[in-house]
Amino acid sequence: MSDRTSQNAPGTGGEQQPLLRIRDLEVGFQTTDGIVPAVRGVDLTLMPGQTLAIVGESGSGKSTTAHAIINLLPGPGRITGGSIEFDGKELTKYSEREMEDIRGKLIGFVPQDPMSNLNPVWSIGFQVEETIRANGIATGRKDVRAHAIQVLREAGLQDADKRLKQFPHQFSGGMRQRVLIGIGLSSRPKLLIADEPTSALDVTVQRRILDHLETLTRDIGTAVLFITHDLGLAAERAEQLVVMYKGKIVEAGPSKEILQNPIHPYTQRLVAAAPSLASRRIQSATHESASHALSDLDYAPTQVTEGLDLIAAAEERLEHTSRTKRPDAIVVKDLTKVYKIRGQGKGASGELIASDKVNFTVEKGTTTALVGESGSGKSTVAKMILRLEDPTSGSILIDGQDVAPLKGKGLLDLRRRMQPVFQDPYGSLDPLRNIGNTIGEPLHTHNVGDRASRKARVLELLDQVALPQTLITRYPNELSGGQRQRVAIARALALKPDIVVLDEAVSALDVLVQAQILKLLADLQAELELTYLFITHDLAVVRVIADNVCVMQKGRIVEAASTDQVFDNPQEQYTKELLNAIPGAGIALGV
Amino acid sequence: MSNNTPSPNHFVAPLEETPLVAIDAVKVGERPSNLWIDAWRDMRRRPMFWISAAIIVLIVIVALFPTLFTQIDPRECILSRSNGAPTATNILGFNKQGCDVFSRIVHGTSTSLSVGIIVIILTTVLGVLFGMFAGYYGGWLDSVLSRAGDIFFSIPYILAAVVIMSVFSAYRNVFIISLAIGIFAWPATARVLRAEILRVKNADFVMAAQALGVSRFRILLRHVLPNSIAPVIVVTTISLGAAIVAEATLSFLGVGLPNSTMSWGNDISAAQTDLRTAPQTLIYPSIALSITVLSFIMLGEVVRDALDPKARAQR
Repeated sequence: MSDRTSQNAPGTGGEQQPLLRIRDLEVGFQTTDGIVPAVRGVDLTLMPGQTLAIVGESGSGKSTTAHAIINLLPGPGRITGGSIEFDGKELTKYSEREMEDIRGKLIGFVPQDPMSNLNPVWSIGFQVEETIRANGIATGRKDVRAHAIQVLREAGLQDADKRLKQFPHQFSGGMRQRVLIGIGLSSRPKLLIADEPTSALDVTVQRRILDHLETLTRDIGTAVLFITHDLGLAAERAEQLVVMYKGKIVEAGPSKEILQNPIHPYTQRLVAAAPSLASRRIQSATHESASHALSDLDYAPTQVTEGLDLIAAAEERLEHTSRTKRPDAIVVKDLTKVYKIRGQGKGASGELIASDKVNFTVEKGTTTALVGESGSGKSTVAKMILRLEDPTSGSILIDGQDVAPLKGKGLLDLRRRMQPVFQDPYGSLDPLRNIGNTIGEPLHTHNVGDRASRKARVLELLDQVALPQTLITRYPNELSGGQRQRVAIARALALKPDIVVLDEAVSALDVLVQAQILKLLADLQAELELTYLFITHDLAVVRVIADNVCVMQKGRIVEAASTDQVFDNPQEQYTKELLNAIPGAGIALGV
Repeated sequence: MSNNTPSPNHFVAPLEETPLVAIDAVKVGERPSNLWIDAWRDMRRRPMFWISAAIIVLIVIVALFPTLFTQIDPRECILSRSNGAPTATNILGFNKQGCDVFSRIVHGTSTSLSVGIIVIILTTVLGVLFGMFAGYYGGWLDSVLSRAGDIFFSIPYILAAVVIMSVFSAYRNVFIISLAIGIFAWPATARVLRAEILRVKNADFVMAAQALGVSRFRILLRHVLPNSIAPVIVVTTISLGAAIVAEATLSFLGVGLPNSTMSWGNDISAAQTDLRTAPQTLIYPSIALSITVLSFIMLGEVVRDALDPKARAQR
């Protein structure tokens, strides 16, 4: 196993001593059924000052590999074989005490979730000072304090000395992640491990944070091991790329080369399915020449990428939707929602305008995407259209009918024509009801057909979303996220609605599964003439699925146009920022 | 597969080492599983579950058919045998009145168990109603119901039961004593359920049901309540043991069941004066009480572990 790695492991070549050298690393998790391997023989080499990204889906072992380096494996995890050589020292032989000296001081770590990684009961200053003291960077009250202020300044926080006294809840997610990066880099480590550092953040924040991280680590000369699920992001931020699949490295090498010439079928799948890359590719193709077909880009879709190729899916979609004027399915006029909120201080109360005079229309049989970052009001608009929230003012017309006064029977009829699919595949199915009952519930509620015909319809729906019919007696806990989302789609389609509101319906899924679901949605639209309102934070996905885009910011629609117009010729500064934040901007794709 | 050869530092694993599998293939077990089925499979594997369940079944049989276990009449008391030592037929000896200790324990079982069962029926019905409506509908209804619960919660139920039993001293029977314990014990159940309902009612599947047009009350009964009931079952199992103790305590204090009713609490109370001369009269009813209460608490613990995988992972 080691002969191949010595020849062509990533980053070898060059006479410099590698900073990190992992050989044949194996990590297993002890369970009642024995040891379950999570990492199976990983080799990688990281040179000083270099940035290397590990890319993979959930369960690929990428985070486990990173955690194994600093011996922070969760509970039952054990390194079962191989070696980790850091700066010439063998880390696997280190005791817990010796590792404590390495962690923080020589290897910094930036965790995934900025919300839960700062202790809410201690001030930011206390937590930064704690790190500084623990790593022996400075001693003495004044010195430590001065260092803490410097760390926060470096993290890009203005008036750092005042910020020291504040608590985590007074910081936004982006600011917290800046603090964590500051803490991670405070001792000038030789290596920084960043485990999905921006997955929980908005795209524009993500871009700023990663730019900042890049500048900092370049100045200090820190090598970065970057863990991510987003191939576009990895390629943009790292020189070296390692693709992991089922605990093994399937492909490794220079980022650009892997993107342009993916060889392992799994990497080919990832490249085909990554929305950020697909959207970039479509973009460059339309710019290059109008007649340039989208799919004959730098690699030909092969059999392994069948059903996953987002560009092919986008092309197929375009064939179905002709550019003729269709009747309006949804018309939203001056839709406003104001929440009363309790303010800080005694008796103070304020108003939060979640949606401010929102106007847009969705034509029958087309897809309109409502795009915005967290807090933009996009989900509030979706809930008002679904009549799950009542608007403060404004109106919603569905097929020309005002939905506000609808009650009882009228409202039931509306619900029959319009169905939602929600984001969280683990929360949107009742865990105690089997799949058959879940999909059949709408039929039951609306008294459609008898028992036998309902069952037949449920089986038909399972076929439509490509799930085996045997699932009818099974419960959601046996299904993966993607399969649960298929069940949710089947439930939404049970009453043969005209309109489906997809509220971040693919955001929680792994890229390959996401691509499959996007393909399924496109197929269903073509087959059933569905109208989609697609709520998302991810502009990259919009490019492949939507006909029209409305960009929302702070409760308002700042830009609304066809997808091509928005991507090719954005009018608003905010839209431009969002577009620039799609990972992969800096990569030449060799079209 | 590729159109050009990779550069020397571009590593590609041979396909045989990591064969591609179908994306998101459906893999289900042989039998269906959900929370309850999983919990049952988990409990079935634990000796603790079988031990406590077996003891509880035995206790129930003893309570229903005491004569299967002893032929001796517990009311046949002969003073000359007062505090007498065990014999071949009277295996646990005699108490102060000269009655057979074993027979009294066997015949007292039904009292203790009835009190326990009536109390948990009462607390569960009241607790579920209050907790369910308070948690689900919220607003002023929650304020009213929760404050009502707080009032009852603020008074220790043993103290309240002592007062009630003293007031109704003329009507001391199994039902009244259960009422006295249960009427002040339900807020614990209500609180647990309310908290759980508050959590579950924000789940996406509730919103999905709403968007389907399912009525609010129906959502409560079909989706919210079944997903919130697990902790109530745990609390109930454990509080059954506590109710049996409460009855014994009240009887011990002399405000429980009348002396004419056979109960473990009464026997323990009567035996306290003879602890040194005839310890068996105190010890054996106490052991019966402990075993019963422990079985219910143990069962409650097993059920909790089975229903809450997080607690399981921490062990």
